[in-house]
Amino acid sequence: MDAASALADLTEISTQVEAAVLLDEAGAVLAAAPDDSLRSERLARTAVDLLAAARERSESSGRTLTQLEAALREGSVFVARDDGRSIVAVTGASPTSGLVFYDLRACLRTLAEAEKKPHKKPRVRRPKDEPHA
Amino acid sequence: MRRLLAVLLLVVGPLLYLVRRRATPHERVHLYYDDGSMVTLEPSAPQAERLLALARAAL
Repeated sequence: MDAASALADLTEISTQVEAAVLLDEAGAVLAAAPDDSLRSERLARTAVDLLAAARERSESSGRTLTQLEAALREGSVFVARDDGRSIVAVTGASPTSGLVFYDLRACLRTLAEAEKKPHKKPRVRRPKDEPHA
Repeated sequence: MRRLLAVLLLVVGPLLYLVRRRATPHERVHLYYDDGSMVTLEPSAPQAERLLALARAAL
């Protein structure tokens, strides 16, 4: 499964998620739903900035930040990280945070598992044996 | 009659206030860590303002 399919599954399953973007370790967009390049770039930048700001706060504690939620009156922004990849999602006001995080983690896990699976080798057709002369 | 009105005001007033207050979404930031711990930053916390501003820009 590729990043776009994983995100499409997420937005289909999680009705609370209005928009979501998958990022690689460097913060580059891997996939976005809906496929709006301007908005996805903005969301990606927000995720990177949020993670950096939150990391600054937790540097002294020695703990690693795995996910965060910024809840506002008009909606919430969720960010989850796993295996170098991050996912950022936007919801409406008062979402069920636990469910949203569960769906985001499931999306990241699906991608990680798909990457670990060995790719099937394409079958090579063998030419039929030539009849012996 | 006046007593009844006074009692109603005393009981219903605070109740309505509490219901309205609970219905208003509360702004805050939750940070979750690898050791299973979670920190909630209220808007008055020093770094919450920055995180909330970043999130507001995305919405």
